[in-house]
This record gives sequence, C-alpha cells and structure tokens, in this order.
Amino acid sequence: MRILSPFIAVLALIAVALVAAQVPGGQALMGIILPYLAFALFLGGVVYRVVQWAKSPVPFRIPTTCGQANSLPWIKQNKIDCPSTKLGVIARMILEVALFRSLFRNTKAEMYEGPKLVYGSSKFLWLFALLFHYSFLVIVLRHMRLFMDPVPGFVAALEFGDGFLQIGSPVFYQTDALFLGAIAFLFLRRIFLANIRYISLPADYFPLLLIFGIALTGILMRTVFRVDVVAIKQLTHGLATFSPAIAGQIGSIFFIHIFLVCTLLIYFPYSKLMHMAGVFMSPTRNMINNSRMVRHINPWNDPNIKPHSYAAYEDEFREFMKESGIPVEKE
Amino acid sequence: MAIMKADKLGISVATAPSMMTGAVPKNEWWDVPAEFTPGKYCYPAKPEIHEYHQKSLPKELGGQPRAWDPESDDWKLPENWKEIILQGLKERLDKFRSLKIFMDCCVRCGACADKCHFFLGTGDPKNMPVLRAELLRAVYRNDFTLGGKILGKMAGGREMSFEVLKEWFMYFYQCTECRRCSVFCPYGIDTAEITMMGRELLHLVGVNTNWILEPAANSNRTGNHMGLQPHTFKDNIIYLCDDIEEITGIRIEPTFNRKGAEVLFITPSADVFAEPGIYTAMGYLLLFHHIGLDYTFSTYASEGGNFGLFTNNEMMKKLNAKMYAEAKRLEVKWILGGECGHMWRVLHQYMDTMNGPADFLQVPTSPITGTVFENAASTKMVHISEFTADLIKHGKLKLDPKRNDHRVATYHDSCNPARAMGLLDEPRYVLQNVCNNFHEMPENTIRESTFCCGSGTGLNTDEIMELRMRAGLPRANAVKYVREKHEVNMLSCVCAIDRATLTSLMNYWNPDVEVCGVSELVGNALVMEGEKERETGLRFEPLAGMEG
Repeated sequence: MRILSPFIAVLALIAVALVAAQVPGGQALMGIILPYLAFALFLGGVVYRVVQWAKSPVPFRIPTTCGQANSLPWIKQNKIDCPSTKLGVIARMILEVALFRSLFRNTKAEMYEGPKLVYGSSKFLWLFALLFHYSFLVIVLRHMRLFMDPVPGFVAALEFGDGFLQIGSPVFYQTDALFLGAIAFLFLRRIFLANIRYISLPADYFPLLLIFGIALTGILMRTVFRVDVVAIKQLTHGLATFSPAIAGQIGSIFFIHIFLVCTLLIYFPYSKLMHMAGVFMSPTRNMINNSRMVRHINPWNDPNIKPHSYAAYEDEFREFMKESGIPVEKE
Repeated sequence: MAIMKADKLGISVATAPSMMTGAVPKNEWWDVPAEFTPGKYCYPAKPEIHEYHQKSLPKELGGQPRAWDPESDDWKLPENWKEIILQGLKERLDKFRSLKIFMDCCVRCGACADKCHFFLGTGDPKNMPVLRAELLRAVYRNDFTLGGKILGKMAGGREMSFEVLKEWFMYFYQCTECRRCSVFCPYGIDTAEITMMGRELLHLVGVNTNWILEPAANSNRTGNHMGLQPHTFKDNIIYLCDDIEEITGIRIEPTFNRKGAEVLFITPSADVFAEPGIYTAMGYLLLFHHIGLDYTFSTYASEGGNFGLFTNNEMMKKLNAKMYAEAKRLEVKWILGGECGHMWRVLHQYMDTMNGPADFLQVPTSPITGTVFENAASTKMVHISEFTADLIKHGKLKLDPKRNDHRVATYHDSCNPARAMGLLDEPRYVLQNVCNNFHEMPENTIRESTFCCGSGTGLNTDEIMELRMRAGLPRANAVKYVREKHEVNMLSCVCAIDRATLTSLMNYWNPDVEVCGVSELVGNALVMEGEKERETGLRFEPLAGMEG
C-alpha cells in the first residue's frame, strides 16, 4: 500500500496530463497558467516555511561536536567538525551541504554470534545521494537554455561537457543516465533493505516516483517521441519573458513532463523535500561551539525560576551544620 | 530483578528474531502496540515525590500525584490529557526551532538506524532513531501540517491516542539522549531533542519515572541526588580522607562552604558516596592537596549532575541555578567541575544561557600555571580534565605512572563530553601521562562515535536491567575487543553515571574489567610530598612490583 498508492498517484497525474493535453484550452492551462502558478506556490511556499521556522527561536546553543573542541592552546582543535568560529561553521556547512559530510561517516553494523558487533564502511548511500542531487542540479541548470536568450556560456559549457561521449543523436547526456541510476538506487534500497522498507512512508516513495517520471518523460521527449523543440523553446522563453504563447504541435509527452514538474514544485514546500532549506538551519550543525566562551541568549528564559534558596536550606539543616563544623550565615 | 545470564542473553541478542538479526515484524510499526511487562519500564514516581515537585517548581509537573501502573489500561490521566499534549507540543514548536526543523526535515534515509545502541542491543524497530522520532512526528503531521490535516494517515499522520502515549513512554525511556545518531544524520537531526520534548510532554500529563524525579527532589532539597544532608556529605569526604591517610600517610583537610576560597569545586555526589566513584573523589582530593589549591566544597551545591535535564527545562534551570548562587555567596573566583557526563552538557551548553551572566566571577585562571581558560571566559567553569592536563603540560605534577602498571587502561568517551563539548584529547593526555599501558578501543566506538553506557538519562535503575545490558552491549563489545587484544583490565571514563553503570555492564559482559574515573589514576600516580611508601592503590589493591 505504501508503494502502490504513490505509484497510482503518479500514474493518475500522467493520465490527467494526457487527457488535458487533448482538451481545448488544456494545453494553455498546463503550459502557461500552471507553470506560473506552480512557480509562485513553490517560491511562496518555501519562503513561508523558512519564515515559520525562523519564527521559533534557538533557545540554546546545541551543536553536535564531532571532533576536538577549542581548548588549551597546545591541544589540536578540529576546527571544522567542532568549530569555535564563524569561519569554522561556514566550512562545516559547506562540507555538509556540498559534500554530505555527515552521510559520508555512514557505517553498517552487523551482529554475529558471540555476540559480536562489527561496523563496516558503507558509502553507497552517500555516493548515490550525491549523484542524485548533483545530476538533478546539472539537469536544472541545463534547462536554463530554454529560458534564456542568449544561452549563458556556463550552460552551453555544461551541455557540451555532459554530452562529450557523443552517444546517439541528439546526444545522450551522461547525467540523465546517472540521474535515473541514482533514483533507481534510492528507490530500490527502500524496497530491498528490510529496515528501510519498514520506515518508508508513501511520502518517501511519491517524490522518487514523481522525479523518476519527470526524468523519464524528459529523456523520452528527446530520444523517442521527437517533439517540436522550436515550439517548446518559444513557449518556455515566452514564460520567462512574460509573453507566453503556444504555437505548433508540441506533443503530449511535453505536457506530461511539465505537469509533473509543476506538481513537484507545488508539492515541494509541504513535504520532506524542504530538507533542502532545513539543512541550512539545523542548530546542531550551524552553531558555533563557544557556549562557555560567549553567553548565548534565550529570549524566553524565565527569570522567575530561582533555585531552592540557600537560606531555606540553612534553615532546614542549621543545627546539623553547626554540629558538624560547617560555617552558617545565621547562628 | 533477576535477569538472564550473559551467555544466554548473548545468544538471544545474536540469534533471536529481531530487526538486527534480519527478522521484520509482520505488522506496520503503527500497528505494533507497546506492551508493558516487568522489566520493560521504569517505575512511576511515588505520589509524594510528584507532589513535592508540584509544590517546589514554579511551573508544576502535570497530572495528579497518584499511584499508577504502566501495565494497567488506566493510567489515571487527566480527563483532557490529549488537549494538554497537543497544546504542549504547540508551545514547544514555538519555543524550539530545533524541534520544528527536526519534525519537518527527516527524509527517512535510515542512516541513523543502526547507530543507536538501544537498536543494536534490542533489534526493536522503534529503537531506530528515525522511528523513535516518527512516534512524535506522526502526531505532529496529523495536527500541525497541511498535508496531515487533509490526508491524515496517507500523509503519515497519526491521531494522538492512549496507544501512542504508551509508545512514547516506552521509547522515550529507551533513549539516553546520547546524540550518536545526530553525528550521522545528514541534517543533524538530534534525537536527544526529540526525546527531551517527548519526556516534557509526558510530564505534562503526569507520566513520569521515580528514578528521575526522586534524585531531582533530593537535589533540590538537600543539594544532591543521594539526599545526603550537609553533615553526612562532609562525613563521607572525611572518610575518604581517612582512607587516603592510610594509603599515603598524608592527612588532607578539605573545607566546606568556606567563603573567600578561590575555587568552588562541584562534582557529582555519587563521587563521594558510591564505589567506584569514591576513588575518583580521592583522586581529586590528592590532586588539590598536591598543588595546594585554595578551594572549597559546598554542601548546598553538592551535586554536579542535573536530573532536570531528563525532566524539563524549568527543572533543569532550577537545579542548576544553585551553582552560580553558591559561587556568588561564597565569593569564589571561578568554579571547577568534576568528572560527569550530562552535568557537563548542562554546564557547557545550557548553564550560562539559563542562569548567567556570571559577572560576579572572574575568567578562570589556574593559580598554579597562570593559564587563562579562555574557552570558559563567560561560563567561568572549567572541567577537571582541562585543569589537570594543563598542570601536567606545565610540569606541575610529580607523577609516577609505574604505580598504575597493574592497570591496562582504555578510555570510554562519555556521550556528552564527546558530542556536546568536544572534550576528547584532554583526558587522553592525562591518561597517557599517568599510566604506562593505554589502548584505544576501535575507532567506530570512541570519540564522536562513542557508544553510550546504555543507562544514561535516568535509566540507570535496576528494574530495567536486561534492557540496560542490551543497550550497553555495543560498548561492552568494544571493551571485550581490547580486552582480548591488549589484555585491558581497566575502563576509564569521565562520568559518574558511567562509573556506576559501566561497572554493572562489565560485571555482566566482561567480568574481569574494572571501571574508574580518570582522576583515580591521577591520584594513584601522584607522588605526594611527605608521603609514605605506597604499597596499594586507592582501592587498597596491591601495586605491581610493590607487593611489600
């Protein structure tokens, strides 16, 4: 059920797009109105969520220290995994966001008779997660050629590099293959690893299937169902310049593609995909470990909470204290 | 409670069907109810303890002080308990960004799953940090997110129910807030935050445990967890001085509640009360005497530990506030803290924020070496390992590491000093200077990847002994490895809870390994001025090559 329902949902989205592409006005709805709407909802949604997070304060300084702290001058500090300066935190965050530093630490524990626990290196999740995200990024950047005129140099360079193997015509991009492979890995590990299957929810399968659908329709559009590239570019360029128009026979596959993309954009802010923004705001990673050096302020710290007073303590135990020779305030 | 013998439990852990041995439950996790049977839960707080806290705390603990039984189907909850929980969750989402982000960002990648010692030892899926958090997250999604409100179960939502509450009580008390999972999480999601919030919410409806609330009550009233009254606290330390005199021929006269001392020394009360902590305390006493430190103990602030950390923010703040209050009253210059794990989480990450600024104190400066502890410039509290390492580095201690030659030591990084402070190399430097035989455990089990003793956060109670032995298995297993490889016979650490719990753990899994605080080994090695020839260590154990 957990896999089936998101699978059906993606199929239903495809069916909706397929039907809508044939209905009068449907193409304009999906090609023009929906992209604007989805983009606005995406941007607005992400900003809204980030603002909602930011509204809650960070009452305590709680970095997870993953190395030696700043201590005595002759003890070598791990300035990145246990940063005591802003610069250290920036380095830590760059490693986290750009290279998935924490995931790189991953190990796999196995239990043997004895009992004996063994921790093996396990870098596949890290590798495929990295492939997935970077392929996605390259593909998104490559798509910029559809929205910009002239095509920026870095986009052209990216395209050239991505197709340098020169397989097929039009050229097949290597990132497309890596992307599909990475999605397949992330999907299949959820099915074949028993504990991962047990924790997976529809909300974990749905985005993977949706993104797989987007990638597949994109590739098919280039290689199998040849679509009118000129007409598409006219539309996308029109979208970017706020003068969109649909001309010629674009082909249904394009509308499925764009419909799924819009779905992803709308879905994004209200899903786990917000980890993209959340990783920047995680207090265990983005804080300096200097809480003994600099006082951190908690805006809701309650000054009315006082300790059980010394006076009350002495009142209760004064006789014992005197007998025992412990100094007291009141004789 | 009598539990299975180690060899039997060892077979069970490795072969009985569990997620660690490859078995997968037939039912989805939300359809597996929590079943409370003896040994699966900590006893609820005694009504009089619950009542005491309600009178002494400005923000009372919730629920009616009452006798209740986790095994029964009636926990005697307040009538509107669901409302209280949801309202409490809302308040905490507004107060803690960490909670909000950790509720929203998890992608269930599973990197945390096999990082938890409770999962490794029990194979219970809900001990995977991701599912522990999902217990709270599912309710959050149901009531606080758009998707959950519209799609409910399809969006992973779960309505708050008695069944859910039972799972919370079970699994938020099978987490020691050790933060190991947060090291491996790509978003730094820290289950300690989740568990802390979960426990706070449970307190709101009067679901609690005695092993946490009774020490907290004692600490509030008498100054320490053990409930030692001032004269008893003093007497205990005097007994330790008697033992020191017998062993070294030196008479030490510590002071108590003395105004104008340079340094206030605070350590967990277990150090002055119970084995093997008392040997650590003897180490402190010898060290301070050796360097002629002008310091005092306090009977009012005689507890370093803080079981408020395991209860709620308010109680943590209230209990901790005694330290600064006493430092101010005694007009000391700065505070020195003994060896304790969660105590140092509170001191390092919370104290200054909650109860500072400590502007009546001075930036800590070692009177012996002149070192200014810049890393404690605001909090004004220094860790004993930092202090000792600095003394050794400056050659201020006369040490004879041969006196520890009967020990082959390894070092257990306590969770909080490792992952909430970054105190890793100071105790190692001390160890390498006071003993000749030191070996590290495997790298996946030390430093930031260290494994918990399995009994932190107030779970060190006897009624859940089997759970504790299971949760401590990853640590015990790493000790066993160095025991076999290097004949390690002493597990050193800088945590009072560890000293107690690792002792039980070693007795169970590795019976020939003892447990000590780092300062005990320091005390053994210290060559005191005017001492007699030492024939035994601080435990009255014969020294290698000096057997009289």
